[in-house]
Order: sequence, then structure tokens, then C-alpha cells
Amino acid sequence: MPLAKRIIPCLDVDNGRVVKGVRFVDIRDAGDPVEVARRYGEQGADEITFLDITASSDERETMAHVVEAVAAQVFIPLTVGGGIRTLEDIRRILNAGADKVAINSAAVARPEFVREAAERFGNQCIVVAIDAKRVSAPGEPLRWEIFTHGGRRPTGIDAIEWAVRMAEYGAGELLVTSMDRDGTREGFDLELMCTVSEAVPVPLIASGGVGNLNHLAEGITRGHADAVLAASIFHFGEHTVGEAKERLAAEGIEVRW
Amino acid sequence: MAVLAVIDYGMGNLRSVVNALSRVAPAGDRIVVTSSPQAVLSADRIVFPGQGAARDCMHEIAAHELTEVVKTVAGQRPFLGICMGMQVLLEHSEENGGIQLLGLFPGTVRYFGVSPRDSRTGERLKIPHMGWNQVRQARAHPLWSGIPDLSRFYFVHSYYAAPADPGIVAGTAEYGIDFCAALACDNIFAIQCHPEKSAEAGLRLLHNFARWNGEPQTT
Repeated sequence: MPLAKRIIPCLDVDNGRVVKGVRFVDIRDAGDPVEVARRYGEQGADEITFLDITASSDERETMAHVVEAVAAQVFIPLTVGGGIRTLEDIRRILNAGADKVAINSAAVARPEFVREAAERFGNQCIVVAIDAKRVSAPGEPLRWEIFTHGGRRPTGIDAIEWAVRMAEYGAGELLVTSMDRDGTREGFDLELMCTVSEAVPVPLIASGGVGNLNHLAEGITRGHADAVLAASIFHFGEHTVGEAKERLAAEGIEVRW
Repeated sequence: MAVLAVIDYGMGNLRSVVNALSRVAPAGDRIVVTSSPQAVLSADRIVFPGQGAARDCMHEIAAHELTEVVKTVAGQRPFLGICMGMQVLLEHSEENGGIQLLGLFPGTVRYFGVSPRDSRTGERLKIPHMGWNQVRQARAHPLWSGIPDLSRFYFVHSYYAAPADPGIVAGTAEYGIDFCAALACDNIFAIQCHPEKSAEAGLRLLHNFARWNGEPQTT
């Protein structure tokens, strides 16, 4: 009876509304984060991740209200990422009812921030989000580099070394997104996921590229991920979380029913 | 009308615990989040949460002058420890180079190890133990009422309680080893996972606690 692998729907939130998923069958609640989160909760989602894609700081408050509203109704772990830059940002989001925060650019800008955050709030609630892109030429040994600002800005940092360092600094979990695959629906970058997972002692959430349920299973069986994150296959009503779990279970993967 | 006190000693966010209790407590019950010794001592039921490091937890409990208060109420009325609020009931933790705990129960809190392996499959296990794992109910208890054996609960921890007396183990989970996921003794029930984040099974456990008279036997 081992630990279940997790399925995590991810919601992009802009100004308090879910911005992906405009093609919900039931249009009345399309875009309401509370409704969407509750539906995923009912479908058996193991966690929910909210990505705040709003850039401005006063929208942080809006995100805190979204989390408050969701946490009052959905009793599974909630993670919030996007624009987390200070210990105060973390405190506010956790107090609103989030269980974890995902830190990305702020960690690249100042890695010590991760250490300070883990010391202050505990590593169980610090997720470091890593956006990685392949930079090795065909035929060369595989190599990935960290990108920030939605994958637009290279940093020169090796992704695997970065993952190891972030775990050492106190990240309780890593959320790794392949920039090459994100939005392509071609499946996870399994080599990236597997390499990171083997290199770090902490759990890995694989992200970027899921286009069908097989991709989710592959992320676990071949990518060695502990959890798989996906957005569009759930948002557009193609699949429920329950269907995803059935597929995983058919592959012999332990899931929570 | 009963008062349920959630002890706030500055270790982490209690909103989720309060949200979940508000959902399941009997109508009319009052849920108070407090660090006041007086408020804790006068409550009918006590929830003792906790997250973060053992050293910080013990420090904050002492700084809020709650050490004796917690020991007192833990001996008197329905008391629910959650996560670190379970671990600190033991004597000693390996965390932070060794920390003395409250010592209500003989036993230690141990580290899972840097890269433990599953004893059967040999698979390397990630630390923290994070996610949904099955809890095997070691014995009947009012707080397990209505919760199927082997239900999954949400865990996130790197250390586990190892009580000296196997008689107080109320539930176990498996992560490389079988460890004590819940303990129960008289009016105390304590659980390593987070019922407030464990969907139906967790809400049911909190529902049961909000109605528990503190008797260890199912009537």
C-alpha cells in the first residue's frame, strides 16, 4: 500500500478568474476559481495549483481572496505560484489558506530567498518551480538550462545543478516545467523529468506538454515523477481527473480513489 | 454549546484547520483560535496543530507559556494533536540535532533517512513523505468511526513518531517502514497527517472529534 502518485490540475488565474478553460461545457461557472476548484476536488484531484499570471502587485490581494474562498470549500492541498517575491508574499498566501507556495524567478534572482523561506515557514510549504529548456545540440549529452519570465529569459544556469541546489536550500518539492513541451501537447520531456527526479531527494511534480492520459502515466513510469500537473486536458473537458486515475491505475500506478 | 480551542503558538497557518472544523462541528459550537492559556484551559475540546521544525515548535510553545497548559489539558479533555502537534507529545526528537519534547508519552521522533528505500520494491523514496497514503487502523476508536480502514490521508513530513508503548498506536502507515500514523491514549488522539486537507476521510475524523466525549472506547 504505497504512497499514491498525485494528479494536480493547474489553474491559471488572472485578476481573480481562471483564464484557461474558456470552453467548459457548463459555461455559467467558467472562470470562477472556486467552482473550478470544487469540481476538480469532487473529481478526486489530489491537489490543486493556482498560477497567478497577473504581473501587478495589487493583484496579489485578489489572489489571496481567491485562495480564501477556495480553501473554505475545498479540503485538499492548495499551491499558489506566480509573483511570490518576499517572505510577506508567502505569509499572506499561506494565511489565506494555501498549503504551499511555488517560487520561481525570485529564487533565480536570489537563491538565498528559498533558504530563508524554508527556515521561516518550513520546507513542507516551499515548492521551487523550475522552467527548463534543452540547450544541448543533437548528439551531445543532454543538457537543460533555466529560463525565467515565462521562458523568455535564459540564465545560463544548468537545470539539474539548480534542482539539486534548490533541494539543498530547503525546497520541499520541485515543480519542473519543460519549456520545450509546454503548450505542445506532445507529452512531458521524460529525460528531463527522470534526470531531475534521480538527482534530488525531494518529490518531483512534472509539468509541461500533457496532451493525453498516456502522457500522465509516462510522466510517472518513465519520468519518475511523484506527481503530474496538467491544465488543458482537464480544463477543456476532454478528460476528468477520475479518467486520468483510471488510466494510471491500469498502468499499475498507485492512485487515490 | 461547546467551545473548541485551536492552539495558536505561531507555528504555521491555522486557517485550514479552522475552515475544516467550521464545516463539520455541530451547529452552535464555537471555534476559537487562541494563544491565551486561560482560553485554552476553559475550552471543551482542544486541537493542537503544528508544522515546521521541532526546535521552533518547542521554543514557541514555551514562549507563549503554553507548555504546562498543554500538558494539563492533554490530561483532561478531548485533545487532538495534528502533525507536529502529535510529534511533540513524545519525549525526544532527532530533528535539529536532538530536541527535548513535551514528554507525555515515552518514545522518540525519528528521521526517515536521506534516501530510504522501499523494503519490498527497493524503490528510492522521496523525503518529505508527501502526498496521500493509506492509514491502517490499528484498533477501533471513536475517531475512526465511519472511516473505512486503509483510507488515504494527506501527509507531509520527514520525521515520524516512534512511541515506546505499542499499545498507544491507533494507526499505521507504510513508507519504507511501518510507522505510527496515529496514536491514542485516554482522551488524547494524535495524527501525523493533515485531516484538514484529507478530503472526506479527514473531514470525517474532525467531525468525530468535534463530537467525542474523550472516552477511548467506541460505545
